Amino acid sequence: MERPPLKAVPEPPALGSRAIENLHFIRETMERASAFTAVPGWGGVAMGASALGAAWVSRLARTPEEWLGIWLAEAFLAGAIGVWAIAAKARRSRIPLFAGPARRFLLTLFPPLAAGALTTLALSRAGASAALPGIWLLLYGTAVVTGGAFAVRIVPVMGVGFMLLGAVALFCPPSWGTAFLAAGFGGLHIVFGILIARRYGG
Amino acid sequence: MGGQGPKSRVQGRAGRAPKAAPVPSPRTLPELDRIIHERMRLAIVSALAANASLSFNDLKALLGTTDGNLSVHARRLEEAGYVAFSKSFHGRMPRTVYRLTPEGRRAFERYLGHLEALVHGARRP
Repeated sequence: MERPPLKAVPEPPALGSRAIENLHFIRETMERASAFTAVPGWGGVAMGASALGAAWVSRLARTPEEWLGIWLAEAFLAGAIGVWAIAAKARRSRIPLFAGPARRFLLTLFPPLAAGALTTLALSRAGASAALPGIWLLLYGTAVVTGGAFAVRIVPVMGVGFMLLGAVALFCPPSWGTAFLAAGFGGLHIVFGILIARRYGG
Repeated sequence: MGGQGPKSRVQGRAGRAPKAAPVPSPRTLPELDRIIHERMRLAIVSALAANASLSFNDLKALLGTTDGNLSVHARRLEEAGYVAFSKSFHGRMPRTVYRLTPEGRRAFERYLGHLEALVHGARRP
């Protein structure tokens, strides 16, 4: 079999490479557009509801350890709800999100949350758990601001809300801690979750 | 690079194509949808294909374009029946929300099919 010399091939390679380039452009735009609205609204509402439940239960805690245990359990529960809701929203938009945007979102979310986990350990060992609500709100807000950098503007705005609330909580009486957590992880999640769900489909 | 560009039917930018000069192709190439093919309109349709709806301001931020440019191309898509919009008031600010029509989604899928055909055509000389 004789292969024709390369020069003999007429236009198709140019057409084909342009078509490939166009397909890349479409894919990139769709990925960016879905990252833009990947943050789940109803998932946020569910996380908020679970936080209100945790706040209610943690008022009954008799020791700081019990109180901390309740909120750590809530952190895992809310985290699971969040990951599930992101995956569900990605599935609904029929885009393999875990290859691109969702992974980026989770990766940018992760460092401040890891810092929060370590700080929690250090502060509770030092017996300074009164500072925890403020620190948690502040670092979670940081995570939402950085993670939401590529998202619709309402997401980083929510993050700033968490950061402000955390900053105030740090300088308020420790006994208000649970109320701050309820207002932030409960209230802000529910209010912004409803706004996101209504504007950006779920 | 690009030596054969002017002859081809696939143009990176619509503006560069010599108007009304459809060069007959040596092969039976699919006719690309001109309305979708333009870069900004392709970006709008792609963004709307990935979302149930997007507001004018979201699209503007996402595609990094100006009010004027976006509204010109959105109107073109709307005239073609590919995109529908609804207007509402958010406080005092008017809010325009765009979505892809079923016809627009079909056109987008057809366009993707044509690109794929071009890629396969190129791989089988």
